[in-house]
Amino acid sequence: MKYVLLFGGTMEPEERAKNPEMAAAYERITKWFDDYGRAGKIVSGQELQGTQTATTVRFKDGKPMVVDGPFIEAKEVIGGFAVLDVADLDEALEIAKTWPGQTSVEVRPIVDNPPS
Amino acid sequence: MARPDQRRSPADCRQSAELSETRSAADAAVVAVFREEAGRLTGALMRMLGDFDLAEEVVQDSIVAALEKWPSQGIPDKPGAWLMTTAKRRAIDILRRDQRHQEKIALLERSIVPSEPVEADDRLRLIFTCCHPALAQEAQVALTLRAVAGFTTPEIAAAFLVTEATMAQRIVRAKRKIVAAHIPYRMPKENEIAGRLDAVLAVLYLMFNEGYLSRGTQVAMRRDLAEDAIWLTRLVAQLMPDQPEAIGLVALMQLHLARARARFDESGEMVLLPDQDRNLWDQAGIAGGIKLLESGGAMRAPGPYQLQAAIAALHSEARSWAETDWHQIVLLYDALLRWSDSPVIRLNRAVAVSHFAGPEIALGEVNDLAIALSEYHLFHSTRAELLDQVGEPALAREARLRALDLCQNPAERSLLERKLKT
Repeated sequence: MKYVLLFGGTMEPEERAKNPEMAAAYERITKWFDDYGRAGKIVSGQELQGTQTATTVRFKDGKPMVVDGPFIEAKEVIGGFAVLDVADLDEALEIAKTWPGQTSVEVRPIVDNPPS
Repeated sequence: MARPDQRRSPADCRQSAELSETRSAADAAVVAVFREEAGRLTGALMRMLGDFDLAEEVVQDSIVAALEKWPSQGIPDKPGAWLMTTAKRRAIDILRRDQRHQEKIALLERSIVPSEPVEADDRLRLIFTCCHPALAQEAQVALTLRAVAGFTTPEIAAAFLVTEATMAQRIVRAKRKIVAAHIPYRMPKENEIAGRLDAVLAVLYLMFNEGYLSRGTQVAMRRDLAEDAIWLTRLVAQLMPDQPEAIGLVALMQLHLARARARFDESGEMVLLPDQDRNLWDQAGIAGGIKLLESGGAMRAPGPYQLQAAIAALHSEARSWAETDWHQIVLLYDALLRWSDSPVIRLNRAVAVSHFAGPEIALGEVNDLAIALSEYHLFHSTRAELLDQVGEPALAREARLRALDLCQNPAERSLLERKLKT
């Protein structure tokens, strides 16, 4: 069963980079990805650039419209993601609970049945 | 839990009390069968089919079929087997629609009705799945009632005063999430048990309170939510005998129920603890509750339910409101606060404090909670009582009006209205 972890963040990546405490946090995050990656639990994952770099394609009457910004304007934004391959929701939650980034983590199952 | 404004006159209450007393023995027997069988059947089918949604659905269908047939045909000799056969037939019907399910159909057709009761753990697993923290708590309550205690959707909707459509949708959504997100059907791991059991007990206590609070005013219902909640909690305590908090919750519920007869007068109006006729209390029930509490206490792992049960026990043992051991009760509230500091606990503690330190000091403590509890009706009604005691009737009235504004429960509303008239 595959899940995606969506990491929340309130800071833009540039601010994060400037924050001296973040260096240690990044080290922990890198190690976290390495550990679960080696165990075969994390399939892939990335940090995302800030929401000011986001572009959204919306559909109006079936026609695509390109607009500036993320599709949800909110205090918390998606800062990155990881794709997990684990047995069930409990195992995904267990991994999410160890996330060293100290932001919230949304756990979503990935649609896994291939179109037949 | 959301509920539409629903007020009933004392006359309605009286009528419903009579109705529920004449609730037929047949109904009680049917309820007992559903309680005993629903969880076992769902568990057994779950193991056969590996599909929570389907297993739960067909057991529900078999219960609905039983409700149609049993009143005229009588309860069959082996009601569990009857329900199982009906549920299996229904599952085969549903699975036939899809070629890919040949194997499961064969399995269902071959399997004989289990004569042995399903292993106890199955029901526990089912309870933990229904009360998984990834589900909204109101859905946890509804699912547990349906899958484990054999409630029908209309019954759950009636108990929580929401429409059937709303309740049905809540249940469908929760079941979809269990399947789609792969919420596992198994006991939590050792290191998770404590937290997960807390969630289960919270659901059961919420269920109990919903039934207990609305008792006096309920329309005649075939099932009593409070009784089902205590039955479920006993089941959990029995299946997890090394968990003193489960025992503590059973004790707490039992101590409440033992005093239930005194909570409403003949006209269906609510009577608060200080004014209750203590002769109406069920002394055997109280003794049983205290004995349970002691057996849990012997495991030397106190927790919030055991502490609350201990407070209830002190109230139950007191010969009158005035003779209550308030010092001991305040100490227990202090212990409860160390467990989890909540403004509601502080409010209850302040009431106990008022009895030996006086209403002025208690009022000061209550006023400190004004911001945290501004939307809680019992904050305002407690404050009103204390304001009356310190000779501030105008302020007391204001607080009571605010309480009435915020209170949804018909019995409590009626009580506030009566106090406002005097």
